[in-house]
Amino acid sequence: MNVVVCVKQIPDPAAPASLDPSFNLDRSGKLILDEADTYGVEMALQLVDAAGGGEVTIVSMGSAADVAGLRTALAMGAAKAVIVSDDGLRGTDALGTAKVLAAVIRRDLPDLVLCATESSDGYTGTLPVQLAELLGLPSITFAKAVRIADGTVRVDRQTEAGYDEVSAPLPAVVTVTAGVVEPRYASFKGIMAAKSKPVEILSVADLGLAGEVGSAGARQAITSVEAAEARQAGEKHVDDGDGAQKIVEFLESLKVL
Amino acid sequence: MTLSTLWVVAEPAGDGLSTTSLELLSAARGLATTVAAITWGPGDHAAQAGEYGASTLYSVGDLDGALPGVPVAAALAALVAAGAPDAILVPASYDGRDIAGRLSARLDRPVLTNVTGLADDGGLATEHPIFGGTQVVRARFTAQGPGIVVVRAKSFAAESAGGAPASVQAAPVGELGPEGAARVTASHVEERTGPKLEEAAVVVSGGRGLGEAAAYAMVEELARLLHGAPGASRAIVDAGWVPYAYQVGQTGKTVKPSVYLACGISGATQHMVGMKGSKNIVAVNKDPDAPIFQIADLGIVGDVHKVLPALIEALKSR
Repeated sequence: MNVVVCVKQIPDPAAPASLDPSFNLDRSGKLILDEADTYGVEMALQLVDAAGGGEVTIVSMGSAADVAGLRTALAMGAAKAVIVSDDGLRGTDALGTAKVLAAVIRRDLPDLVLCATESSDGYTGTLPVQLAELLGLPSITFAKAVRIADGTVRVDRQTEAGYDEVSAPLPAVVTVTAGVVEPRYASFKGIMAAKSKPVEILSVADLGLAGEVGSAGARQAITSVEAAEARQAGEKHVDDGDGAQKIVEFLESLKVL
Repeated sequence: MTLSTLWVVAEPAGDGLSTTSLELLSAARGLATTVAAITWGPGDHAAQAGEYGASTLYSVGDLDGALPGVPVAAALAALVAAGAPDAILVPASYDGRDIAGRLSARLDRPVLTNVTGLADDGGLATEHPIFGGTQVVRARFTAQGPGIVVVRAKSFAAESAGGAPASVQAAPVGELGPEGAARVTASHVEERTGPKLEEAAVVVSGGRGLGEAAAYAMVEELARLLHGAPGASRAIVDAGWVPYAYQVGQTGKTVKPSVYLACGISGATQHMVGMKGSKNIVAVNKDPDAPIFQIADLGIVGDVHKVLPALIEALKSR
């Protein structure tokens, strides 16, 4: 069984984020594998293991100047990675990104495509389903458990009230919620092996998508960015055994108590 | 008004339409001359859709166990082909996001997501909070519509307009390919006592500062004592301490309670965007520099393992 995991290399969420003058997220600093994607990578590795054969391929879009994030996924155990890197992709929107990823995945359609529910930097959250539609595949989003048997994927899907059991024939696209599995730490051996695993770098022209993607293909524009109305910090009190009492008094003043 | 028609994806929930759907209908009728809604499932929502401002309710009908994403998007695409609105508003829910994504790819039209405000500036303008809500991005569609707009819960008030029942029109799905093959085989309801997280007047949330999963019991106890709902930061949901349904933040629920009590939550931007609309914020964290203190009306710099048990005792003795 072959699984593709779509991942994104993002600026470190712990570092302050900013927009560049053309309103794109500043990605000039160090990039890391989005933590939200580590669950998909782990899930893919476990499913391939359980199937007794096959491999995990990482697919991404973004600058290939820094592929440390992809190496993280390879060190966990993925066999190879493909990244579409092209200056012409700056300003690509979610649908454009889905077109790029679909073009890569279509070259060698796997049994299963896994994605996070959304990235931790852009958090649009529509890409996996756009990708499924472009590939003509069923999709099951918000998985909190994934099982594969007899050419069918069975998912426990998060709902407002609890969860649904949902099944779909393979191939299919599934998005996994954080916490669905415990992502492994790469072993030293894994990290060493990742250095020699193939990372294929493709351009937009390689995929025959010139003119369709990038800021020319995006049909939405940011018109302004303004500071939001700031919330004022109130009283800060260092607990000296009276912290709970301070909270009680505050709740009383609000008539919650 | 420069917008003539807006459509709203009106999601069934329980016996009626979801609160977010009613919020979107309320917003839409202030922006466009004509509002239509589209819904699915066995319920009859004509009266409620009309009450909140829709003149027409397109009904996809029974989905036969299919997830709504593909069939509802297919029905919408067929309706758009017959006459497109200026934009389609979709609630930011599990199924809403599926519908928006499917429709976007089907129509080859863009989606704007995480929208918390809408305005008419000669076209539809959208507002998006970024970087934990410290900045607001304004955006608009630049090409032929209809644009698809995914709106976060609690962005607008749901207000009845006292309108007459909407006229119901069937919205056929047509033949679906393999993409429509996902089927719901069973549904499970996870019982939670107390008020719903999004509706509670008091929310008590726990984060990584609790140290271990067992300590979350203090958060639940406090929520119970304050007649509120327990919530969680992404960090402890990721760690598997509590279910995803508890998550407050960009990825989870948006809450605007009268009191939000953040326990051991540092205040990652991811979390703040989901709770900074709360009327009053109380934070307990041992790190005096935690970002949560920048928005807290009352910040207690202290150990949750000391402050929370004392607070529980104080509330119990009242």
